[in-house]
Amino acid sequence: MMRRIAALFHARNLEFIRDRASLSWNLLFPALLVLGLAFVFSGDDKSLFKVAQLTTTEQINPQQHPFLSTEHIQFFTLEDRAAALKKVATHQIDLLLEIHDKQVHYWVNSESANGYIVEKLLLASDPAAFKQTTQGQAMRYVDWLLPGILSMNIMFSCLFGVGFIVVRYRKNGYLKRLNATPVAAIEFLIAQILSRLLLLLSVTVLVYMGTDYFLDFSMHGSYWHLLLLTALGIFCMISLALTLASRTASEELAGGLLNVISWPMMLLSGVWFSLEGSPEAIQMLAHFFPLTHLINGARAIMLEGADLSDIRYSLLALSGMSLFFLLVSAKLFRWKAE
Amino acid sequence: MRADPIIQVNNLKKKYPRVYAVQGIHFELHRGHCLGLLGPNGAGKTTTIEMLEGITPPSSGEILYKGKPLGKTFHNQAGIQFQATALQEFLTAKEHLKLFQSLYPQSLPLSEVIQLCSLHEFLNQDASQLSGGQRQRLLLAIAMINDPEVLFLDEPTTGLDPQARRNFWEMINGIKQRGKTVLLTTHYMEEAYQLCDQILIMDHGKIIASGSPDKLLKSHFQESIITLPSDDFKVQNDFPLQHQNLGDNIEIRSSNISQTLQTLLEHKIPLQHLQIRKHTLEDLFLALTGQELRQ
Repeated sequence: MMRRIAALFHARNLEFIRDRASLSWNLLFPALLVLGLAFVFSGDDKSLFKVAQLTTTEQINPQQHPFLSTEHIQFFTLEDRAAALKKVATHQIDLLLEIHDKQVHYWVNSESANGYIVEKLLLASDPAAFKQTTQGQAMRYVDWLLPGILSMNIMFSCLFGVGFIVVRYRKNGYLKRLNATPVAAIEFLIAQILSRLLLLLSVTVLVYMGTDYFLDFSMHGSYWHLLLLTALGIFCMISLALTLASRTASEELAGGLLNVISWPMMLLSGVWFSLEGSPEAIQMLAHFFPLTHLINGARAIMLEGADLSDIRYSLLALSGMSLFFLLVSAKLFRWKAE
Repeated sequence: MRADPIIQVNNLKKKYPRVYAVQGIHFELHRGHCLGLLGPNGAGKTTTIEMLEGITPPSSGEILYKGKPLGKTFHNQAGIQFQATALQEFLTAKEHLKLFQSLYPQSLPLSEVIQLCSLHEFLNQDASQLSGGQRQRLLLAIAMINDPEVLFLDEPTTGLDPQARRNFWEMINGIKQRGKTVLLTTHYMEEAYQLCDQILIMDHGKIIASGSPDKLLKSHFQESIITLPSDDFKVQNDFPLQHQNLGDNIEIRSSNISQTLQTLLEHKIPLQHLQIRKHTLEDLFLALTGQELRQ
């Protein structure tokens, strides 16, 4: 029995090692992931909480108040009071404070667990800190989280549902068979896009409706605007998937490519936590990800009641990326493995 | 006067980065004929057929369809069955037919294709659950769905049991009777003999023999083969006929059967288990391409 296991073990090792493309990705992907995460979460430690100070200075001055030198809290400055209060309401920062003559005024979202803990820390260091009231109803974390979760599901469904399938079709010769018919590459690509777009849009609407029944999500904007943005986001993700799957017939390589795209998006597009206060380079990088624009647009519609003109930057970014990915995928597309 | 060829191949070459798969071949295919492309593995058959199908571009040379270079619309005139084609999961045989039917500007009625390829029994079955023979019949039906003028079949019966293979031959003969032109690659010499009007034998990317099966056999072999069990073949050293010991049997090649039989009788060799056979395409194939193992 051991001889057979050893023989199979050896054969699989040879297969793995000789598939140069997959092997490269297996080496490159974890290295990129480690380097990427090290860069994103660089610093002495990962801060647990985000606190913004309303001030006109660019840098936090820890001498101003003992709370500002508390460890494991990321402090940064904001100038615009209205925008800062909106960030408190939308869970982008855990606590906002303003200091006048050593007197601390602070704002916290009563629905935020992080906000609750940071408030305790602030009051421990300064029992005289004065709590200010925020206007309107405090937003729940789940309301903030929902657009991110739905968008992330869209991303994975498109990248792996479309990208992987196309690679499998190429590997098993189904694409080659279609190539022997009058079907043009662009026709095949459009069919894939429309099919996944329709299915995923329906699924997303159903999931939203189903969960909304129980959780009664915050919705301040138009459902039609949200539907349009979602459709555009799906279209963009499918186009990206088709670009990644345009040539390879190796499922392992495709898996590597899809992971190398989806992981940074999942971490840096603001699905789970806001990038507020993170290095500017990271925030810039996030703007190259379609997931960022989908989530930002959806949050603006749902949480702030934004209309299409308010989210035009997200709509333009998604449209531009879709067009780019679609053109590249049509250009690179191969029916047969090379 | 012979009609113009439906397909004409002139000095066709295909070079891959490290190998010349096809090295300047010429041949013609006439309407209603079945041409068999034979050769050992790696001879260049699949590359040749894929260039003719229009899915692999040649490095040089010319392929003419009805006297003109293959155009974009050739796909409409061609029916293709690849060596290995995956079908879409979770689709039935009938759904596959409808799918491919809708990809062409013209098509045969579904009922006609179903009848032609005997698909009734598994029409509503998931394609992933079909047996090897059923699967090949479905793939043939897909290849016929656009009512093609030329049908390309790349090793269509590989892996089928003898019954399924013979059933497949009947369908190909039925297709030939409809006036379709067929180009077939196969490793089964009996299949080529049964189906093909003309045969090309390829090796190392070149055509090394061509013609009708019978003409090819006649031109290469003038003898018949007499086979006797080794146990019956007890002869002295002065036995005049050349013979080859094949283990259980002895083979004697003879261009004069009567005289050979007379000689055997004179040497008191029992003839009750004697067999006489003609040379087959397999003999010709091995004679031309050698006995050594290929890729």
